[in-house]
Amino acid sequence: MLLDSVLFYLFAILILVSSILMITRRNVVYAAVWLINALIGTAGLFLLQAAEFLAGVQVIVYIGGITVLYLFVIMLVPLREEMLQRRFASQGWIAVICSTLLLVLVSVFLFRGAGSFEFGEPPTPPPLSQITTNSEQVGQALFSRYLLPFEMASILLLVAIIGAIVMSKARGAPGTSISSMDN
Amino acid sequence: MYPVTTAHYLLLSAILLTIGTVGVLTRRNILVILMSIELILNAVNINLVAFSNYLQEVSGQVFVIFVITDAAAEAAVALGILIALFRNKETVHADEVDILRW
Repeated sequence: MLLDSVLFYLFAILILVSSILMITRRNVVYAAVWLINALIGTAGLFLLQAAEFLAGVQVIVYIGGITVLYLFVIMLVPLREEMLQRRFASQGWIAVICSTLLLVLVSVFLFRGAGSFEFGEPPTPPPLSQITTNSEQVGQALFSRYLLPFEMASILLLVAIIGAIVMSKARGAPGTSISSMDN
Repeated sequence: MYPVTTAHYLLLSAILLTIGTVGVLTRRNILVILMSIELILNAVNINLVAFSNYLQEVSGQVFVIFVITDAAAEAAVALGILIALFRNKETVHADEVDILRW
């Protein structure tokens, strides 16, 4: 219990410091690396909540796929001129004030609590004879009860692949035409 | 402060959501805006996993898998749009894309 609390505070400080540093860096590559840091902290929190399959998925897919994709596109932008530009938009302080108000509102509702659930109780794990691994539980739910969203997610990924390829495809050499609209 | 309950995870998720929102609203660089959106999605993931552990129900974790899938698809499409924009306008700043403004 004490180790859980210490680890939670460690990962929470890692996530918060990394995310605050991420949104304030002038160098975009550094911002991406701080995002990777924050995602590692999130994977640690998943491990603390007995979701080890999700921690693995987070590291492999989110860090190893999505942030690497972001770094590829960041490399296409010239970095030296980018570091000389202004960082923040002109209405930055209004945004910070309004977001802080949002956080205060959410915290007030969080601590007052709705009547439907009560806080302050540590989670109760199942008895030792019924423990199945996290991958097995997620797999059983994903392929029996959530089969339709699973298939729709695969169609969503196919659509995203086609869209990204079509939008970022370079035009042909001058003189040739790739699309039939150039005739 | 001790012991750590579900409320701590929810408060952390709310703070992370606020940091992501500030990042989306404040920065000029479109890539940092997109990465702040990923921060918001991670805040939601922490929230879902905390509740999934509290209620001993695996549906929250299945939702997290779909959120991660959706984040991947949205990152690919958004970066494709950004590449197309960069090819035409040669800028990655959100306030310099103002051709349609009056």
